[in-house]
Amino acid sequence: MKPAGIRLCGGRVGMMLVGALLVLAFAWQTTPAHAVSDSSILAAKPPKLLSEFGFFSDAAAQTPADGVVPFALSTPLFSDFAVKYRFVYVPDGKAARYVADEALEFPVGTALIKTFAFPADLRKPDEDVTLIETRVLLYREDGWQAWAYRWNDEQTEATLNIAGDKVPVAAVGLDGAPLSFTYSVPNKNQCKGCHALSGAITPLGPKARNLNTAFDYAGGAENQIAHWAELGMLDGAPSPEDVDAVPHWLDENAPIDARARAWLDVNCAHCHRREGPASNSGLFLTWGEKDAVALGIGKRPVAAGRGSGGLEFDIHPGDPDGSILLYRAASTEPGIMMPELGRSLTDARAVDLLRRWIAAMR
Amino acid sequence: MARTIGRVSGSIALLMMSTGLALAADQRVEPGEGANERLIEALILAEPGDTVTIAAGRYDLTDGLSLDVDDVTVRGEGADRTVLSFKGQTGSGEGLLVTSDRVVLTDFAVEDSKGDGVKSKGSDQITFRNLRVEWTGGPKAENGAYGVYPVSSKNVLIEGVTVRGASDAGIYVGQSEDIVVRNSRAEYNVAGIEIENSFRADVYGNVATHNTGGILIFDLPNLPVQGGHDIRVFDNEVVDNDTPNFAPEGNIVGIVPKGMGIMVMANRNVHVFNNKLSGNGTTHVLIAAYPNEYEDDSYMFVPRGVYIHDNEYGDGGTAPDGEVGKIITDVSGTPVPDIVWDGVTRIPEYFSWVSAENRVYVDEPDGTSFVNLKMISQMLLPWGWWPDTDIDDYAGSLPEPAPVKLPQESGA
Repeated sequence: MKPAGIRLCGGRVGMMLVGALLVLAFAWQTTPAHAVSDSSILAAKPPKLLSEFGFFSDAAAQTPADGVVPFALSTPLFSDFAVKYRFVYVPDGKAARYVADEALEFPVGTALIKTFAFPADLRKPDEDVTLIETRVLLYREDGWQAWAYRWNDEQTEATLNIAGDKVPVAAVGLDGAPLSFTYSVPNKNQCKGCHALSGAITPLGPKARNLNTAFDYAGGAENQIAHWAELGMLDGAPSPEDVDAVPHWLDENAPIDARARAWLDVNCAHCHRREGPASNSGLFLTWGEKDAVALGIGKRPVAAGRGSGGLEFDIHPGDPDGSILLYRAASTEPGIMMPELGRSLTDARAVDLLRRWIAAMR
Repeated sequence: MARTIGRVSGSIALLMMSTGLALAADQRVEPGEGANERLIEALILAEPGDTVTIAAGRYDLTDGLSLDVDDVTVRGEGADRTVLSFKGQTGSGEGLLVTSDRVVLTDFAVEDSKGDGVKSKGSDQITFRNLRVEWTGGPKAENGAYGVYPVSSKNVLIEGVTVRGASDAGIYVGQSEDIVVRNSRAEYNVAGIEIENSFRADVYGNVATHNTGGILIFDLPNLPVQGGHDIRVFDNEVVDNDTPNFAPEGNIVGIVPKGMGIMVMANRNVHVFNNKLSGNGTTHVLIAAYPNEYEDDSYMFVPRGVYIHDNEYGDGGTAPDGEVGKIITDVSGTPVPDIVWDGVTRIPEYFSWVSAENRVYVDEPDGTSFVNLKMISQMLLPWGWWPDTDIDDYAGSLPEPAPVKLPQESGA
């Protein structure tokens, strides 16, 4: 038994040594001109530890390193009420190119960084926060790579996680009642389950229309598009008033149609678009979609199975309870709930918004 | 000691990964502790050319599996020996999702997935071989929609699979092209085998039994791929399809009456021949237009160019079911003829003619019964129409599409 075990490892010991030398070579090559390790971003395989990227000057506090810019989205994806900290790193001397309707075109070497965390009380998002995972999107010559890093209990380091993870979360909910559920860290393929555009991994959040809002920077509040342009990390952007903007989905002052469409754009349209993983459904929920049937209005389901809930149309105008879209957005049952990935809870505020939106339709 | 070695090789694997030196080695996953995570990881870390073997045994999985690496074979040790059970599934829409090319899935079973069983999306050269996909509680509306489910895929081979209990279609090929479905068995599903909005399919040597409907060839509106055409359905046994329709309402298969043999709806150039049909209580063959209202200018709602010939018909039509059964029997009486055409024609063609390649042709053995319900006349001439039961009026033929050739078979 023992010899067999040794032989099993023996063939790989040499590889391990070569590997270790290569790791050293990479490390040596990287002179710390700034804190972020460009070589880690560009390496063929991701580093095992999040700290190797050098994205943070204080990771536990989510304080970014020099050159790493925090940002926020007007309407974010719902991820079981997780608090998210978003950052972008564009290599020195390079800039993203402005794109009107899709994600900005970032240069090779870009990293998009998003940390998912839970406060002890969802009503106090800045207090007593536990970091769960940090997801990174890295733009290499051969395209975007998506990886997730799982934070340790001590909150000192996050480690590469490929197969996904289940994390029990207990917090006080928005309604003040205790909330306890299992949070899913996605596996590598699940990342692509949402981040696929025509089959290739693509950033979802940083679209001009969803960035076109003020952010509270250390030096004061400023529009993000304008700020990125000033920093030299975004080329070709018009002034913010000439850029499309989605409202914050909870902004009661915005028209309900825009709020609902913003919510659907962010929570559904990564799959439900012509180039997305749910292209075969014929249901397309992007912000710019103009075809009423493609938006679900009077559209019959195709492959919904029991996801139809016994209903005939995706959206039945004026009849929220007769609309499959609302039924699936409200469900938490696998095989019925939408989106399929990334949540196990329902956001009652979103269900309410969609309900009012459909009820107001004629 | 064994544990230490395990840990050491684990860290080696990580180290090699971090330097891009992973060996393209075959992997074997055994059942037991952490099997779900090990399976997920094996499928993610597979390299092109790898075979991932799933050892015999039962796997109780809580999370769906997915494969996004090209040129991988996922092999079990038998459709009754390697059993992936998703009874306790809490995440994902399907049991196994494949999104890569040149993939072979073979010799395992997927049971009780919450959504679809085994799905491929956007795959080129995808093979489903000797699989079993089953909802073990029997036909129920709560079962997943599709058992074997390639969609938006190319060069699809499905052979030797068995699917039971799907609440939509056991074997469902959607929005795909170049398809072979053969020597498979579909039973106790709503639809046994369904080819929808797809181009060039050969469906042969299958058994479709105890479904609501045996084999459906459909085309639907408002989809990115439509205009299904060039379908051959032959040498199948479509018998005793007698399970009441249990599809959740809203789904198009909900219209299928219990006891439907083969149904062709709104497709082009469909050839149905050499099949054995018996024990189908509504009718053996139904040719029909898409029945619902729709908004889609590019959609052709009537079947175009259908050729039914040389099939063998046993008992049938004695227990017509549901709304469709009523529409038919109001005209035909019971028993329903072996072959029913709804006779829906586009209005301009009704007043002029239908060109030869777009007509319905029937060339069957003597004694085969037929009815054209002439639904277009029912609408336009409510007092002056009658059904046509003279099968000879539909004599003729259409040139048969060439057999589907699949690249994954050319070198095999």
